[in-house]
Amino acid sequence: MSIDIDTARKVAKLSRIRVEDADLPALAEKLSSILGFMEQLKDVDVEGVEPMTSVTPMRLKRRADVVTDGNQQAAVLKNAPDAREGFFAVPKVVE
Amino acid sequence: MSADMTKMASGANGWTIAAARDSLRKGEVSAVDLTMACLTAMDAGDGLNAFVHKTPELALEQARAADARIAAGDAPAMCGIPVGVKDLFAVKGVPTQAGSNILRGFRPEYESTVTTKLWEAGAVCLGKLNMDEFAMGSSNESSCYGPAVNPWKVDERKLTPGGSSGGSAAAVAADLCLAALGTDTGGSIRQPAAFCGITGIKPTYGRVSRWGVVAYASSLDQAGPMAKSVRDAAIMLGAIAGHDAKDSTSAELAVPDFEAALTGDIRGKRIGIPREYRLEGMPAEIAALWDRGMDMLRDAGAEIVDISLPHAKYALPTYYIIAPAEASSNLARYDGVRYGHRAKLAQGDGITEMYEKTRAEGFGPEVQRRIMAGTYVLSAGFYDAYYNRARKVRALIKRDFEQAFAAGIDAILAPTTPSSAFGLGEQGGADPVEMYLNDVFTVTLNLAGLPGVAVPVGLDSKGLPLGLQLIGRPWEEAALLNHAYVLERAAGFVAKPAKWW
Repeated sequence: MSIDIDTARKVAKLSRIRVEDADLPALAEKLSSILGFMEQLKDVDVEGVEPMTSVTPMRLKRRADVVTDGNQQAAVLKNAPDAREGFFAVPKVVE
Repeated sequence: MSADMTKMASGANGWTIAAARDSLRKGEVSAVDLTMACLTAMDAGDGLNAFVHKTPELALEQARAADARIAAGDAPAMCGIPVGVKDLFAVKGVPTQAGSNILRGFRPEYESTVTTKLWEAGAVCLGKLNMDEFAMGSSNESSCYGPAVNPWKVDERKLTPGGSSGGSAAAVAADLCLAALGTDTGGSIRQPAAFCGITGIKPTYGRVSRWGVVAYASSLDQAGPMAKSVRDAAIMLGAIAGHDAKDSTSAELAVPDFEAALTGDIRGKRIGIPREYRLEGMPAEIAALWDRGMDMLRDAGAEIVDISLPHAKYALPTYYIIAPAEASSNLARYDGVRYGHRAKLAQGDGITEMYEKTRAEGFGPEVQRRIMAGTYVLSAGFYDAYYNRARKVRALIKRDFEQAFAAGIDAILAPTTPSSAFGLGEQGGADPVEMYLNDVFTVTLNLAGLPGVAVPVGLDSKGLPLGLQLIGRPWEEAALLNHAYVLERAAGFVAKPAKWW
């Protein structure tokens, strides 16, 4: 399985990582190498095998549906690159 | 403080946790002096690039509190013990970057469960340790801080300490701290421990809380101690293990006294030797070391049994689908909105450009590749062919181990790494897969969730450390550490790197 330049561009877009056009061929080559390495899994007979979910059978814990935390607006916003008036600020999303 | 006591503390950075604990309790040394010895060694160790954020003020404050607690009696084993923390653990108010530029400037407003437990036990935080970016790497070279350097050096080359917990391994091996926290997703505790000649254990998945640990691949990540001896690893594991309501995959199981389990008696235990691990082209030195390890365990009264793990050879490709898939999802949170780096935007740039530019600037090349590989294997049309198939093979890999244990195997012995430490810049430049092969012996047990411990056993012909790995039954770290203890005593590995830094 080989990744072509268009596929590399599409994967970069899906990943929300900007890749310059000039860098796409090298990216496609490295991704192809990684995926080529994975091809050997096609040799394994997985008929009827359930995908693994946990080390020992364990039911995911449930907790009471109650508020356990909150009132930490300043702490939540403290590391934001741009916070204004108690909100995270981002570029315009809707025209 | 008497002059004798201060004199004694110089060089105390080279002590084990067990020795320091006993001296602290006897009043032969103070936690402040012990901490000062480590801070001095840490500053003199800058050439190793192991510590990337130092916290001397926090350390001395904690050391003073530890001294008061020890004086009052009844202090836990880790009280007054100076440790380093991998940059992956959130420590409140201390830079926590996971070795990435995308988290530059991030100072968490909260503390990870593991570090909370350590500080509550009285341990002393010296600072944050270098690592591969987001724990993705086997050589520390993907770190935004530049690589940590292995204190072991046999020629003009600088060697990798391994990765991703390379800074942790280098700091412990160079006696900059008594022990360190690492994490292991595909071998990131055990491979650097082997490269630096120290001991490291990856506990059973779910034994140690992942809360407050920057996520790489959530179904594989597990934190553990990196230390100078098996006993130290047992002591520190006891301090960080246990159920945590904040981590839904944390196991609700009692934590045994790991140190008390170190009896040195493994008579009648059955040690499995997986024949599939004897790879074609395995270096003679690694094969010989493995044989020696078998002899040591046999001499201690264990029975060596040939076993088969037929799906082991598929572990690496399985890992390199599952880990990037989980990473692509986990790392979606770095979007330039809530914390860390945000790219400077051009006129007219909208939110999509902000995401794309921020992530292109903030993530290094290997992290970008893994996010994209993960995105690809999860994308429509490939999900079943890659991701779901890998999850099924993962179940088969786990079943291999279950069958071995069901047949009465107590522990499995294998090499930790396919080679000793290599030079910085020597691997993975052209083909990322070359670097991935470092994980060939370690990655299987992350997939199966099993505990594994790396123990230094000898030096190769170049004079560099080599380690062996023991793999245990789930939740039986205590028995596993006892096997490791036997190996450690038989190997008598006491070599230390000569100080050149």
